[in-house]
Parts: sequence; C-alpha cells; structure tokens
Amino acid sequence: MTTGTQIEPARPAVQELDEVVIRFAGDSGDGMQLTGSQFADTTALFGNDLATLPDYPAEIRAPAGTLAGVSGYQINFSSHDIRTPGDQPNVLVAMNPAALRTNIDDLEEGGILIVDADAFTDGNLNKAGYKANPLRDGSLGRFRTFEIPLTSLTLKAVSETGLGGRHASRCKNFFALGLVFWMYERPVDHTRAWIEKKFKTNEQILKANTLALQAGYNYADTVEVFTTHYRVKKAVLPAGTYRSMTGNEATANGFIAAALLSGRPLFYGSYPITPASDILHELARHKNYPVKTFQAEDEISAIGAAIGAAYGGALGLTGTSGPGVALKSEAIGLAVMTELPLVIANIQRGGPSTGLPTKTEQADLFQAVLGRNGECPVAVIAPATPAECFYMAIEAFRIATRFMTPVFYLSDGYLANGSEPFRIPDVASLPRFDVTFRTKAEGFQPYARDTETLARPWAIPGTPGLEHRIGGLEKEDVTGNVSYDPLNHEKMVRLRAEKIARIADFIPEVQVNGPPTGQVLVVGWGGTHGAITSAVETAQRQGKAVASIHLRYLNPFPRNLGDVLRRFDKVLVAELNLGQLRALLRARYLVDAQGLNKVQGKPFKVSEIVAAIDRLLGATR
Amino acid sequence: MSDTADVKPKLTKADFSSDQTVRWCPGCGDYSILAQTQKMMPSLNIPRENIVFISGIGCSSRFPYYMNTYGFHTIHGRAPTLATGLKITRPELSVWVATGDGDGLSIGGNHLLHALRRNLDIKILLFNNRIYGLTKGQYSPTSEYGKKTKSSPFGTAEQPINPLEVAIASECTFVARSLDTDSQHLPVILERAARHHGTAFIEIYQNCNIFNDGAFDAFAAKEVRSDRLLVLEHGKPMIFGREKNLGIRLVGLEPEVVTIGKDGVREQDILVHDEKRREPTLAYLLSRMTYPEFPVPMGVFYSATRPCLEDVLEKQATQATASLGAGSLERLLKGGATWTVKE
Repeated sequence: MTTGTQIEPARPAVQELDEVVIRFAGDSGDGMQLTGSQFADTTALFGNDLATLPDYPAEIRAPAGTLAGVSGYQINFSSHDIRTPGDQPNVLVAMNPAALRTNIDDLEEGGILIVDADAFTDGNLNKAGYKANPLRDGSLGRFRTFEIPLTSLTLKAVSETGLGGRHASRCKNFFALGLVFWMYERPVDHTRAWIEKKFKTNEQILKANTLALQAGYNYADTVEVFTTHYRVKKAVLPAGTYRSMTGNEATANGFIAAALLSGRPLFYGSYPITPASDILHELARHKNYPVKTFQAEDEISAIGAAIGAAYGGALGLTGTSGPGVALKSEAIGLAVMTELPLVIANIQRGGPSTGLPTKTEQADLFQAVLGRNGECPVAVIAPATPAECFYMAIEAFRIATRFMTPVFYLSDGYLANGSEPFRIPDVASLPRFDVTFRTKAEGFQPYARDTETLARPWAIPGTPGLEHRIGGLEKEDVTGNVSYDPLNHEKMVRLRAEKIARIADFIPEVQVNGPPTGQVLVVGWGGTHGAITSAVETAQRQGKAVASIHLRYLNPFPRNLGDVLRRFDKVLVAELNLGQLRALLRARYLVDAQGLNKVQGKPFKVSEIVAAIDRLLGATR
Repeated sequence: MSDTADVKPKLTKADFSSDQTVRWCPGCGDYSILAQTQKMMPSLNIPRENIVFISGIGCSSRFPYYMNTYGFHTIHGRAPTLATGLKITRPELSVWVATGDGDGLSIGGNHLLHALRRNLDIKILLFNNRIYGLTKGQYSPTSEYGKKTKSSPFGTAEQPINPLEVAIASECTFVARSLDTDSQHLPVILERAARHHGTAFIEIYQNCNIFNDGAFDAFAAKEVRSDRLLVLEHGKPMIFGREKNLGIRLVGLEPEVVTIGKDGVREQDILVHDEKRREPTLAYLLSRMTYPEFPVPMGVFYSATRPCLEDVLEKQATQATASLGAGSLERLLKGGATWTVKE
C-alpha cells in the first residue's frame, strides 16, 4: 500500500464545524460496532472530544436485512467539551433499507445521508417493509442523500485478493469507514494498523479489509461526489495524556487499580451476561496483575466464590446485570450478615426479566438499595461518566474494605459501551487505601467493632489463634456466636443499618452545578450526567435559575443532600426508570420532587431535559 | 502442608473440638462423623488455622460450628462456590465442604457438579440420610422411589439419584463411600481423601434416627454387614460374606454374585478392584450395585490424577508475569493507544 493517507488541507471546499454527530447503521452482521468504534478511536487520537452510543440488537445475527437486525453506533465529536453522544445525527450512514427505515426519523433536516445503493433491492426493501423504494419516491428530499454502490465498489476493490463473494462484500464496512474518514479529514493509519494486528493470522482478509478501507478513502477523494470536506478542529481539553476508554474498560481497570492500591489481590467471579461480559474479558487478560477471574457455572456461584475469596482476604468482586443480581440476592444477604467486604457490579439493562439485554436503563436502583429479604442494608454507588467508572470502581473497594460491607456499583449499558477520552491520572495521585487483617489472638472477638466505622475485624483463615466460625444465622453481638435472642437480633439489625449510615461521614458532599439556590434543581444519578449537565447549562445560559446535582452515592446519601434539595423551589429528578430515586428522596427528605422518566432503552436527549425544566419553570410562575 | 507444624506439640482430637454445644438430635449419625473427623485430623499434620470447613444449610451443614478450625456456615446449596473462591485465592489452605443429600444434590446440584469437574483440591463430604431432616421430614433426591414422607404421603413418584454416579459422571478424581458409624472404615477414607491432590468426594451413609431411622439397616446393620457390604480394596478381589466365600464376577458388562467353590467358581474368577483404572467404567458399575440384588460397595471407587484448577491458574499467572512482566498502575493506565494534549 503506497497510496497516500495524508490530508490535503488546501482543497477549496472545506467547511469548519464545531460539532458533528454521525450514526453508522446496518445489519448486525455488517460490522457497524467495529466501524463506529474505529471511527471513535481515530477521532480520539485526532484530538477531538467525543462521546459514543453503541446501539445493537440482542440477537447476534438476526435475519439479514430485517428491522430487528439493525445495529447502530453513534458518535458525537467536537472542538469543544461535550458530554453526550448527541440528540440528533447530522450524518447517517445506512448500509441497507432496514437501517434507513429504523434510523431516518432521527436524522436532522438537511442532514447527510449515505446509503449503499446496492442494498436497495426488492428483497431488502420488502424485508424492511418499504412498499416503494425511498431512494426513488422522493421521501428523502429533506436530506442531502448520497447513493453510493458500496458493495460493488468494495467487491471491485478487493478482487485482487481472490476473496469470494460473501467474504468480499463483508469488507464494505471498511469501505464506508474510509469514505467517512475522508469526509472528516481523518487519517486511515490507526485503523490500518488495527486491521494488521487483528487479522495477522489471515493474510487474505487482512489485505481485503485494508484495500477496502483505502478504496473508500480514495473514492471520496477522487470521485467528486462529495463537494465538501468537513473540519472539526481539535478540542481544547485539559493538558495531559489521554486514551479512549469505554465505561466497562474503565470499570475493569478501576478494579485492577483497587488491587494495586490496596495490595490485595482481586478475585472476579462472574457468569457471562450482557452488558457486563466485557468486564470479565478485560480482567481475564490481565493475568500478569494480581487478578484472578472465575467464570462460574451460574450467577449464584459467581457471588459465592467472590464471598469465599473475600473471606480469605482477597478483594471479592462479582459483576453482572439486573437478572443476575436477582439470583445473587440471597448471597448478598450472607455477605451482609457475615460482614465481609464485597463489591457487586450491576451493569444495568432494560428489565424486568430478560427485558432489553442490549439497551440501557436505570431501573435496578430499588433492587440495589432494597432488594433482599430482611433488613439488609448495603452501600450503593454509581459512576456518572465512562471515565469516572475508573475512580468509582476504586471507591467501591475503599468503602467495602473500610466498612466490611457489600457495596453495589451501579453502572449501565450506556456507560458500559460508551467511550470518551480518559485523562490518565498521575499514579501518585490515586488514593492508596490500607487493608488490615486482625492478627492478634488475644482478646479477639469476631464481631467486636471499630468505634468509628462499626466495622468488624477481617480475620482471615491461616491466622493462628483466630479460628472461628461465621455464617448466615443471626450473630450474637461481639462474639459472633449463633443467637436467636430477640433483643440481640434487634440490636444487630440496628447496628448493621448504623454501619451503612456512617459511611456518609466518609464520602464527599454533593456539589451543586450552578447557583446554590434557585427555581429548579435537576437531580440525577448514573449515566444521565452528560445529558442533564448539558441541559442545565443550556438553561443557565438562557438566564434561568436552574442548577443540577448528580448523586454518585445512593446509599447512604451525602450528608448535605437534604439541605441542597430544600434550597430550590422545585426538584426535578431525571432518571431512566419510573421514579426510583425520586421515591427514595421523597421518603427520606419529604420533598415534593417531580420526575422526568423515560424507559425506552435509550438515554435522555438534552432537549428532553431542557423541555422538562421549562415546563417546571412555567409551572412556578 | 506446613513445616512449622513440626515444632508445635502434636494436635489431638480434642484440639479439633470447638467450644460450641453440639445440637444434633441425640442418636444422630452426624455425631459419629464429627468424632471420626476430629480423630483423623491430627494425622494430617496441618495446623488448625490452615483448615477451613464450609457448609450450606441442613443438619449436616452445622458441622463447621463444631470443628475448632476456621468455619463458614453459608447458604443452602452454595458451599462449593465459596470453597472454590477461597481455594483459588488461598491454595495453601485445606478446604473441606460438609453437605447433605438435599443441600448438595437438590438445591446445590449445579454447584456440586461443577465443583467436581473443576478438580480443585477440596474435600467434599456428602452426608446422605435420604431425607430432609432440618425441615422435618420431606423426601430428598436420594429418597427411594415410592417412599412415604410428609410431603409424599402416598409415596414419592420420583426416581432417586445416586451421589456416586453423579460424582463419576462429573469427572471427579476421587470417589468414595463410607458409613457414619463405621469407626474403622470412615477415618481411613477421610484420611485418603485428605491426602488426594484434587477434589475428593465421599458419600457418607448417615442415619437420621428421627425422620428416616434405619435407612441403611437392611445392609449396614452390624449383624448383617459382613454379608451385605462389599469393602473395596485396591488390587484385591471383591470377596465378601461372613465366610469370605462370596464374590463378584463379571459376565459381559453385568456383575453377578457368585459363591466361590460352587458351580466351579474359583477365586481367580472374582473381579479384582482397580480404583486407578483410567476409565471409570468399573467405578460406575460398582456404584450401580444396590442391595438386595448385590452387596453395597464401600471404600474408594475411583482415584485419578489430574491437574488442579488452582494450580493451573497459578501457573498461568506465573507464565504471564514471566512473559509480560509484572503489572503496575503505570502500565495499566498507559495500555492501549494514547495521545497527549499540551498546555
């Protein structure tokens, strides 16, 4: 390959843009996730700020060409600080009629539409439910449509490799990617290097994909289909070294960091489940770190093993999604009763039951806070952005080991699969936390407590003189012996609750984004941070007395939360469920919080939150 | 297991008795199993602090409370899972699981199966009393077909399963059976299990004198035992009976009971036990032998050598560290493609 990848900056038609949202859409077998993530990686290296939203079906390969099989990947990139993958795409790349049909309503008026003209056959149109060909019936008149025979151009480009029909046409995603790289002045180098690494064992495929990528780029460069190049300048990000990370990668790395920072090995017990499995994959490949992974026979075994590891002195971790948490509930109760440090990572998805495995939702908050038999309090925390997953994963173990308690770490599908630039922190700035085991036999009592935290000692097997027995039966205060005494039971129930409540003394107060008092306070938690913050800042720019808070700590709540809530006329709790945080806030603080609730398996649009703020402001007048 | 044990005074049975009052029903077979285990433990020369007993729920699962070692009384059926996590992270510990027919084969059947196939160096004692004791008398997965219990007043309609067949089918590397009150046989089998490097599974016939009294009397009662139990010994012919004149002969794939000296049967016609056969076919055949058609075999059915899960994991970690270098925070964070933004 000798053809140039250098950008020709002197072309006449260059339009500068501040921000662009592109959505790649095609069959789930078309490689759209790969195309999107490659574009995202190159864009990150190019220096734009970005946020991504992968959106894929639960079926690995639904019947080709059908609406159910459409997979999409949206990326928002800009020359300024952005927080969401964008409300509305400016560009849609649709690889077939089904992808067009399911995505066209989201494309902005006048937006760029690129379609694979070869895919608009009668059969595919029929599968997508089109009665007439939309490329011919004038229904796409609102858009700048580019009909490009992506499939046949790809076949031509890769013909020299001798690769056959279906395998050859599967390279068309790289052709499309090359084309879009040209449009937005991005070099193909990073993706080419990626292809070389990924397909190093299959030279034919390696070559075909490389040819397709370059052919797409060259096609756009030489055939004057596109009259304009679009330029999105580098974003002005804080100085530092960056890498692109998805929330799941950041989560996994955060847990490994917790092991390194505490000096205790990490044990991860997990059963594969969408959208949490990537954490297992990421941890499993770090065998040269103090990390052991265990793919269990089921969800219960995964947590049981994590508790066993915690009992032995490791950082016990289990990760799953909502249905898995349901199965783990009894074991979480055991960890509460035996007061062992444990982290349960729930990468939430649409529920109930199997629900929407690949879509995002925040409907497991009640499950985390309340979902067990008996009075069974645990700490609950939630990262707000993909990058923040790293720090909150460390925080989960800091709390778990300090308070000898299970901690729920609530991520979601949106955070898990979305990526953004992650500024690599100075290693020395990361919070080291000491883990201490009881070693002194004299005066040892398994359930004696630290006066400050109420934590019991971590007394691990192998320590001479501390041989003792624990279990799920109620414990006698101090001795930890089995006890059925009524007053002791009440005392222990209250002690376990008090221990969790005291965590509030060890976590930061909630920060208000905006004025300390005002008309509307928007409250959020988890992956909605970007949309809420963007919406509130929009309202603030319009001179509205609006602020927001984002809760990273959901049980216990930060100490100052009640005060903050009471300083605003109206409280709007925006969450991707029917009002779970709102119910907890109302119960705890007796505030008349209103809800903005959405359960479509999709994140909030900024515009939806702006509209809800305006509605509330209207109501206050 | 430990060098330091040498300098300490040798432990005794009493050292393994905890200060907790034993609360099984008087006459329960569990007392005997506990006593035999406590009696056997010192012979292993393992310091008490390195021994952990883990159990689920049920009468058998109270076992850890009475052992003066580390102990964890967990939740129903899940003991093997905790044992797995503990053993993977602390391979140096001696990890024992106490379970029952309900705990291990009903609610915890899945975990037992997978613990057995993974071959961690853990010891699983399954107390089989063929009844649910702690919940007061419902049938269990090992209750005989048609058995009348509180939850099957007209008799069960379920085919029972045989713990040893489950263990063999699950690729367990050490499969044995003993009897709660056999103070000669049980400690021997316990010690052999302890010294096996890999998962050892022992089914212990255990009498529940309250809800299923005499469950094993037909063949295990002292007065009939020698005629109705077949004590397996590696490399020895399968001869049993008060007169030592009964034996097992294989006809095709079917075992049969024969009398030596009758109908021309000689001692060399008798099947010789080989617990180390590569294929567990013989062990399986023996596990299917039930009274009254056959004597009930006791002892080690199968014993094989296979790498332990925790050892393989350790090896992988060592190899990865050797080839990639030990991980550090710096390396972790800077992995993958990075770019720098200047002031």
